[in-house]
Amino acid sequence: MNAPVLAVSNLAKHYRRGGQPFPAVDDVSFSIGPAETLALAGPSGSGKSTIARLVLRLIEPDVGRVEFEGADFLALSGAALRARRARFQMVFQDPLSAFNPRATVARVLDDPLRIHGLASRTERPRRIAALLERVGLEAGLAVRAIHEISGGQRQRVAIARAIATRPSLIVLDEAVSALDVSVRGQILKLLLDLQRQERIAYLFISHDLGVIRAVAHRVVILDAGRIAESGEARAVIANPQSAIGKALVAATPRLNRTRP
Amino acid sequence: MTALLSIRDLSARYRRDGVELLALNGISLDVEAGERLAIIGESGSGKSTLALAIAGLLPRGARIDGTIDWQASQFQTPRSGEIGSSVAGAPALKVGEGDDDSAISPLAGEMSGRTEGGAKDRQPLHLRPIGGRDVGFVFQDPSSSLDPVMPIGKQIAEVARTHLSLTWPEAYAKAKTLLERVRLPDPQSALRAYPHQLSGGQKQRVAIAAAIAAGPRLLIADEATSALDTIVQAEIVALIRRLVAEDGMTLAFISHDIALAATLADRIAVLRHGELIELGETRQILNAPRHAYTRALLDAHLGLDADPLLDRQGASA
Amino acid sequence: MSRLWRFFRTPEAIAGALILALLVAMAVAAPLIFPGDPQAIAGPALLPPFQDWSLPLGTDRLGRDVTAELFHGARTSLAVGLAAAAAALFIGAVVGTLAGFAGGLVDEVLMRVTDAFQTVPSFLLALAFVSIVGPSLGVVVGAIALGAWTGPARVARAEVLSIRERDYVAGARVIGMYPLEIAFREVLPNALPPVLALSSVIVAAAILTEAALSFLGLGDPNRVTWGGMIAEGRAVLRTAPFLSIVPGIALVLTVLGVYLAGEGVVESSAVRRSLS
Repeated sequence: MNAPVLAVSNLAKHYRRGGQPFPAVDDVSFSIGPAETLALAGPSGSGKSTIARLVLRLIEPDVGRVEFEGADFLALSGAALRARRARFQMVFQDPLSAFNPRATVARVLDDPLRIHGLASRTERPRRIAALLERVGLEAGLAVRAIHEISGGQRQRVAIARAIATRPSLIVLDEAVSALDVSVRGQILKLLLDLQRQERIAYLFISHDLGVIRAVAHRVVILDAGRIAESGEARAVIANPQSAIGKALVAATPRLNRTRP
Repeated sequence: MTALLSIRDLSARYRRDGVELLALNGISLDVEAGERLAIIGESGSGKSTLALAIAGLLPRGARIDGTIDWQASQFQTPRSGEIGSSVAGAPALKVGEGDDDSAISPLAGEMSGRTEGGAKDRQPLHLRPIGGRDVGFVFQDPSSSLDPVMPIGKQIAEVARTHLSLTWPEAYAKAKTLLERVRLPDPQSALRAYPHQLSGGQKQRVAIAAAIAAGPRLLIADEATSALDTIVQAEIVALIRRLVAEDGMTLAFISHDIALAATLADRIAVLRHGELIELGETRQILNAPRHAYTRALLDAHLGLDADPLLDRQGASA
Repeated sequence: MSRLWRFFRTPEAIAGALILALLVAMAVAAPLIFPGDPQAIAGPALLPPFQDWSLPLGTDRLGRDVTAELFHGARTSLAVGLAAAAAALFIGAVVGTLAGFAGGLVDEVLMRVTDAFQTVPSFLLALAFVSIVGPSLGVVVGAIALGAWTGPARVARAEVLSIRERDYVAGARVIGMYPLEIAFREVLPNALPPVLALSSVIVAAAILTEAALSFLGLGDPNRVTWGGMIAEGRAVLRTAPFLSIVPGIALVLTVLGVYLAGEGVVESSAVRRSLS
């Protein structure tokens, strides 16, 4: 097995609720290999989104170690951290709230190229057009405002922004949960294509075991901030061992179709 | 089976920033008394507009054409071409069949559609059942449908008191019974709790208790479980199934999730772009969908038995 | 376009806009209609209004044309009011954004400074400032802004506190944007609407403060101001009350106009917000 892109060990974050500390994330360890999809599943409040924000350092963990591309990610600060972020990206659940409400598509895609000095000012419009085409959108969409385009198009723009800096890992925080099912399939397919072609690893956060089973290699099931069980995604979902895993599988709606 | 309500040629238009949107286009549909009907569709399909139209909750400014007939009682709006012909004469009210409290009692209410230029599309008085009493409505987000500064017991008791003419002590006793029925832990102390003290699933249980407090004939659940996680969603669906069976209510279950709808519904109506494209028994919709769009929706569902999109051979781990 | 239309739907907004338009027209036309020094002697002293149609509003104690003074005074009131409000909103928005976005010690220090400014009555602050530095138009503007920026700062901070938790701010951090760029390019523009809603109150207050300073003789001595005119008229209040009443009415109408128009703008944008 290749060296992991991300290795998380003994990660913990406690919040105070009514004066009592309660663990949002407690002693969580996992790793993700290159071009691998690791899913974090669990009910709401199980800590899966908190973990995403901790490893990305949008919030700081209390204890634990986060190693990204072989280096201590928690030791970075300032310009070094900002530069490193180019390789470690995120796509949010609601593509509308994930963008500045005043932004245009062009600006959203221009920012990462400008900040990381990936293209000169004159070159950027061409790069933006190429990014849009890469995610299956027309280059002409660049001039539109973010609030004018459809939800599916927005999520494609969010993916284009995330891949603009050629990351090795993208956190997908419920990235397909707000989409219509017909759009969801297309977006998942796009993500898998990108993974195959650019060898991007995904930390795939979802409450939907059906989606996880369809796209993830491995799954970690969380309950109240702790890992309840983990393993190969289809095996765990087919035969969950933990109580929470069993409850999640039982609660997932099934289409009882007589297959043609 | 008798129809609780018959929808004929129902269209609804909104005007937003000067552009008219056709949210519903010529919907005809019977809701049978006592059935569990799922109305499914993707965003923009008009499923919520239809739910609001049935409940008489469409915002002012929405233009409605077509009819929704509640049993014997009439509910009539004219076509836009007939403006003026029937404005003054509201159709004669016929009191709904059935026993006094649970019967659908039409209420005259005015819905005026005003256009931006100040011209008024006049609409006649139209008849609708009393919201809260004859139709219970559960919204997607319980945090915004419950009053944040009123104890939940009072919110439920108020519904019971208003529609059932109870005294406050009777209404509170009723509220406690309802909280027991929706399986809220410790209903006695929950009466005095505020919404922010409850979890999302508990809030939705309270919202359901309030919706059924007056003993409605029809319960409309509009994406009532979409904001909840899978486990809580399954619990709420089970709760709705039990309450509907116990009270003999008719259920209209609005959802974007065809698999979830199928676990609950006797019949499924599929909406797309404001049109009803398929309506049938759940078994028929699942196993022999007539419309290509329904088939596409079923194929897009990623269940625990679906073929994975992921190419296992490409995995590195 | 539709926003402008909504603005003009309320009668208050129309009244406010008319008054402001008149004021701006007076200010712009002043050097054209009354070229030369408005403080020059134009006729006999203490000529009452409506006697001589070349001097429609009469003359003051020194025989200066009250109409000309009124028109030129509009320039001062408007210039000082707008400049002071713009300065106050700018300082307030920057301080509030920095405090709210940075949090921690920076927030604590900036907000205690804001408290300090807020506890001193703004008029006393302006008075002291002008007394020390000396009266000139720029100093008066600065003095008024010094007492008026705290309100915008608090509103901006509150707004920034809610905006900084949004996903798009997290998104900007994830792509490696520099914190100050996040604060001023991503957060500040979205925090501005409620801050700008304060502008009508601040402009109105600034015009009144300027008038009060001038009344006390702390205005720019080289410019005609309405406050100065009222002060001038005070000496002959019994014999020629119009000398104080005319600029007083102008002042009241101006403040009313600014306030009504400002409310109209807030109202129309509030409708817009609730619709979206």
